Order: sequence, then structure tokens, then C-alpha cells
Amino acid sequence: MAIFQSVIGKLKKGLKRTREGFVDSLRTVLLGKKLDDELIREIRACLIKADVGVAATDRLIESITEAYKAGTLTQGADVLVHLKDQLAELWPECDRSLKTASSSPTVYLVIGVNGAGKTTSIAKLAWLLKSQGNSVMLGACDTFRAGAVRQLEVWAERLGVDLIKGQQGGDPAAVAFDACQAANARKADVLILDTAGRLQTQDPLMRQLTKIKNVASKQVPGGPHEVLLVIDATAGQNGLRQAEAFAEASDVTGIILSKLDGTAKGGIVVAIRDAINIPVKFVGLGETPQDIEPFDPDKFIQAMFEQEG
Amino acid sequence: MFDRLSDGFNSVFRKLSGKGKISQANVQEAMEEVRRSLLDADVHLDVVEAFCQGVLSDALGEQVTQSLQPGQEMIGIVHRRLIEFLGGEADGSSPEPGIMRVSPGPTVVMMCGLQGAGKTTTCGKLAGYLKKQGQSVLLVAGDLQRPAAVEQLETVARQANEDLPGGGRVEFYSEPDKCDSYGKAVGVAVGVCQRAVKEARKRGIDTVILDTAGRLHVNDELMGELSAVQRRVQPHQIMLVVDAMTGQDAVLSAKAFHERLAVDGVIMTKFDSDTRGGAALSVKHVTGATIRFVGIGEKLDAIEPFFADRMAGRILGMGDVVSLVEKAQEEISEAEAEKLQDKIAKGEMGMDDFLSQLRTLRKMGPLKQLLGMMPGIGSALKDVHVDDGQLDHVEAMINSMTIKERRKPDLINNSRRKRIARGAGSKQEDISQLVKQFSAINTLSRQMATMSGASKAKAVKEMSAGGGLEAMMPGLKGMPGMMGTKGSTKSKSKKKFKKRR
Repeated sequence: MAIFQSVIGKLKKGLKRTREGFVDSLRTVLLGKKLDDELIREIRACLIKADVGVAATDRLIESITEAYKAGTLTQGADVLVHLKDQLAELWPECDRSLKTASSSPTVYLVIGVNGAGKTTSIAKLAWLLKSQGNSVMLGACDTFRAGAVRQLEVWAERLGVDLIKGQQGGDPAAVAFDACQAANARKADVLILDTAGRLQTQDPLMRQLTKIKNVASKQVPGGPHEVLLVIDATAGQNGLRQAEAFAEASDVTGIILSKLDGTAKGGIVVAIRDAINIPVKFVGLGETPQDIEPFDPDKFIQAMFEQEG
Repeated sequence: MFDRLSDGFNSVFRKLSGKGKISQANVQEAMEEVRRSLLDADVHLDVVEAFCQGVLSDALGEQVTQSLQPGQEMIGIVHRRLIEFLGGEADGSSPEPGIMRVSPGPTVVMMCGLQGAGKTTTCGKLAGYLKKQGQSVLLVAGDLQRPAAVEQLETVARQANEDLPGGGRVEFYSEPDKCDSYGKAVGVAVGVCQRAVKEARKRGIDTVILDTAGRLHVNDELMGELSAVQRRVQPHQIMLVVDAMTGQDAVLSAKAFHERLAVDGVIMTKFDSDTRGGAALSVKHVTGATIRFVGIGEKLDAIEPFFADRMAGRILGMGDVVSLVEKAQEEISEAEAEKLQDKIAKGEMGMDDFLSQLRTLRKMGPLKQLLGMMPGIGSALKDVHVDDGQLDHVEAMINSMTIKERRKPDLINNSRRKRIARGAGSKQEDISQLVKQFSAINTLSRQMATMSGASKAKAVKEMSAGGGLEAMMPGLKGMPGMMGTKGSTKSKSKKKFKKRR
């Protein structure tokens, strides 16, 4: 329930979201049940329905079955603990925080497919970093989608942070260059670069991403310090392909799992971690800048087994 | 798309075709593989179960178990079930896609969906599609939550109006002062939509498309806003926009939208990704609403009507020749085609004609997408990387030839070849190869053009060796050159690919 409790906390802060009815009826499949073949089948269904994917699910189920046969797992509740342990192992504490540069500015590059929630996630990151006392600057490198620059501009105005933008339809790498220069000149602590959404199947656009990254690394020593891939929690097994392709094009260092406030569980990040070892750093839980939280494996696993009662 | 799914099915068919007869045991074993690839393709767990149950019960019926060609029988069964799950009729046909028109107008269409599904872009694409049919369209900015959504729609509307072909027009309606940050100003969109429809009536608009804010299906307040729009404006059709890359949750959210709004149709977006398309198989089964359109690219003209039977064919690697021919007909006029056929018959086809065909071909969409519609080629191309950029080189080579050379490529000797290669920035071998391929195409097309209708059909059948060809016969008229071009570019890109490896 934990992941939703934090959401409820936010709701009470005046967001007036009406999830309570839904949240109240949640129950956990596992609690209070003895582990048997039937329950293992149910666990498997939960994992599949959470988008964990067949391969990763089979591996997890195998370890549960082994422990069950060895007699170390007997209760449903133990399975939760068992899975949490496995996942916590996958996501050690250390790599869930954002890297920072030894000398400012720190540059974060945010990438992802169309409609994953990049711009909103950037607004959240900017809010978070600003509230921690950093001076934040945004670079609007999405010169392709209509209204994208304006969208980021509105967020910049609302959050009171600087924005560097270029021409609609211009070269995004040029905007990245300008933004890096400006961040250097104005001595900003953090620069976050927004990029246009692109499907991983579009090679020219993926190459463009590599170019933007190269610009950042030339202008700012050690940059970009993080390349953050935004993955929609509703994404299915295609998310794994996304992660693979984006990792190849621009060395992704972390994932922001967006839109986790719906009914989607975002299990695809387990498959991603299982296959190519990219950690989740943040989760997005709503549309306001404050709706961002560090990723918590415990809450994440728990949510996977919750059902409408 | 659908590659993995196709593989899964194909392995089942292969396994069964080795067997003399279908038995309960070997079908069940084979279906295990199908189940896995369906899950891998993000088909919802419950839908997978229903699908496999359906296929199993069909397969174990008496007719099949006694059939001598169990592999073929299974293909038939799976094909029928796929059509059913994709929303086709019982007789294997598809319901008419597109937007139903209401008389007197305007027809009001409301879009809805989760955040980031692609509603606003789809609004523009749909408007462009209707404009092509000669309709006047009003795009209404009803997304007052996401920053700059109104501006995005305005730009999209302008682009659709100015850049897309067609006799209709695309107009735009907004009340920009009503925008507010998320969660505030809920319900304001209702008034905007009402006034927009009134305005459309005044302007004599054919179709009104209401863009709405993306929302989670669990957000009661915003879902309430949609219901309010539905009540007050009474749209004739409600379209749910679904991201084709969505996983298991697609079903839950689609169901929630459907329960609230009684959705009339679904538009699948981002179909050009390497999605496994599970959402497409799940949504119809759960909501009963059929898929009307699919979005297949970033540009505003990248939208296609959806046909369940054709899509089922694509999944099973049978290709989709009907759509291919339709695409070709959209780009080539009858007169042009006839002129070309004359030229071919007389053996007068030159590099210029070849070039214009190449350009037409490229207008039809990315090469890989087109090739994927050819029977048997889709699955063969699965891991092959087709780079449309290669065609730029071909164009450059032809552009570097003189008019005489283009008419009579035989003229090209060593020194001419050297000059052309320099002009196009390519190697001399590439020029030779192009000329050689061109003459091969020329010979082939000449043969085909002088053939009778029946033998032409036979030749095509031999060329593509697959099912579903009967339907393309009427469209084939006057297009032998097209077929030739396609064959050549395919072998070319494949060759290039090997070289790079």
C-alpha cells in the first residue's frame, strides 16, 4: 500500500485527486495465504499483468518455486519479502541518486519516446533540484513538436527558472550548445536538456541524440552527467526495446518511470534492469511539479500485487 | 511490428506441418509457444487465454483432426481467430473504417485518452485525412490542462491546412484565456466545446474534432469533465486514442474509458515503432470498440484506416497487398500509369521514368513499411536494416546523368561513368550496378506489359508466391513498372546491408 499512501498524502495536500475510492479497495493477493501451486500461478499472473515480461517473470517464479520446494517459503507474505529482497539487490541504494559534477554546471539530458512524459518530468526534476537550493536552467532542445518549446517555457515561468530556447524546427544540437554556454556563463548549478520524443526505430533521430550528447560533453567537462530515459509506466515489452536502443545511442544512466499514478505498475523496469542493468532513479506520480519521488523498490513490489477488491 | 508474434505463429505451423495429423497433445504443446509469444507481444493475459482457448477448440474439432494438412488448417484457424480478435466480422471481412458522417452536419468527433497517447497529433492527422476527402474540419482546443497544448493544436491545424493535399480545409477554434494549470479549471472545456460546435454550425463546417486533455482513467474529476462534454455537446462519435506500445494496462484503461463514455472507436498511435502490437489484439476483445485508424509516423499524413483482415494477414506474414495497391493508387493517377505502360511496352522507359517511380514509391512511406506488406517479405526483413537513405544515392546518380544518358543508359561508357560517379559522389561500380539493374527491370517490365491479363497475373503470382493475391488483381492494371521497381530496390538494399555487415 505504501506507494499509494504517499500518493494519498499528496492528495490531502489539496490536489483533490479522487483516487481514494480506488485505493481503498486495493488488497494484496498474497497476504494471509499459504503458498501453493495455485498461489504461485496467481503470482505469475500478477507479474505478467504488471508488464514484467515473460522472461523475467519466469526467472522470478523459478526462484520462488525453488524456495517453496526447499521449504524456506511457506506463506504468501514471505513471497513479498523474497521478491523485495531480489529487487533491492537489483537496485542498490547507491545508484538511485543523481550524479553531480565536481564543479558546476551539472548537465542532465532527458530522452524518451513520444508522449513518455519528458517535459513534465523535467519540470518535476527542476522543481526538486531548485527546492534543494540549486540554480536550475532548462534547455529546450525539442525543436520538432509543435508547442513543445512553449510547454517548457510555461513550466520555466511557473517554476521561476531560466530557459534557453532556439527556433522551432532548428537544430537541437545548436540549442544544446547555446544552453551549455549559457549555463557556463551564468554559473548555473544544473542544466536540464529537454529533447524531442522519438521512436527508437528512427535511426536518424537516434543519431541526432548522440550528437546532442556529444555537444554537451564538449561544452561541459564530464557532461552530460546523467542521461535519463523517461519510460511510461504503461509501456509494455516494447519498453525493453526502447531502453536497449536509447542506451546504445546515448549511454542511458538512469530511468524516470512516469505516470505511475494510474493503474499501470511499470513492471517493465524489472525486465530492463534484468536485461541491461539500468537503474530507476525517480517515479512520476501526477501532473504537478511536486509529484516526483525517488524510486523505492519496496513500494514498487508491493504495488505489483495489489488488486481491486 | 508484429515480428515476434509472426515468429511464434510460424514455429507452430512448422511444427504441425511435420505431423501427419493434429492430436490434442501436439496442438496443446504448440499453443504453449503461441501463448508465450502473445504475452511477449503485450496481449493482455486474459485475452491470451481466451484466444488460445478459441484456437484450441477449433483445432480439436473433427474436421481438422482428420485433415491431411494440419499445418495449413492451423493457419486458417489462427487467421480466422485473429480477424475476430482484431474486430473483423464473422465472414472474415472488416467493418468499414473511418468516420461516419452525419447529415445535416456538423459531425462532432470527440477524442479522449491517457496523457501522451498522441491525441493532439492524431487530431491533426485525422483533420488532414478528412481534408483529403474534401471536408471542412474544425479543430477545437479542449485541452486546457497541459501547458501549450492549445498552441500545439493551433500549429498542427495550420500545418494540416497549408501543407496537406485535398480540397477541404482545416480551421481552428480556441479560447486561449481559459487555459489553466492541471487540475484547476476542470469543466471549463465543456463550455469551450459547446461554443465551438455552435461556431462550426455558423461556418458550415462538415466535421468538428474536439481535442481533450489527457487524463488517467482513475481521475474521477477529469473523467467527469469528459462525461459532461458528452452530455452537453453530444458528440456523434467518441474516439479513444491508445498508444500501441502500451502493455497490460491498455485493457484496464480502455475499459475504464469505455465504461464511462461508451467509446465508438479506437485509434492506435505509434504503430510504426517495433511494438508487438498486443494492445491492438486486446482492446477490441475488452471494449468491443473496433480500431478505426492507426498512426504510423511523425508526419501529419501518417495515418491509415484499419482493416482487421489485412492486419491479421500481416501478423501471419501473408503481407497486405491490398493496402499496398491502394497506397500506390493514391499516388499515381490512372493516366500517368497508362502513359508509363505504353512507354514500357515500346521499350522506351528511361532513367527519368525510373526516377519518378522511385520518388512516388518514397512518397508512399518508408521502404521497410512497404516491403513489410509484401507476402513473405515482412518476416524475412525482420532484422534487416533498410536505410531509405540509400535511395538518395540512386537519385543522385540519376541526377548526375545527362538527359541523353537518362533516355539511353546504354550510352554510358567509361568516361561518362567516371563523370557521373564524380557528380554523384559515388563509386563507378555503383553506376554500373544501377545501369545493369535498370536494364533488368526494363526487360522484365516489357515482358509483363506485353503479356495477357491472365499470364500477367501468373507472373505476379510467381514473383510473390503467396496468398491473398486475388484481391489485388483489379488494382494491378497499369502498374507492372511499380512491381519491378520494388523488386529491385529490395535486392539493392539487402545487398547494401550485407556489404555493411
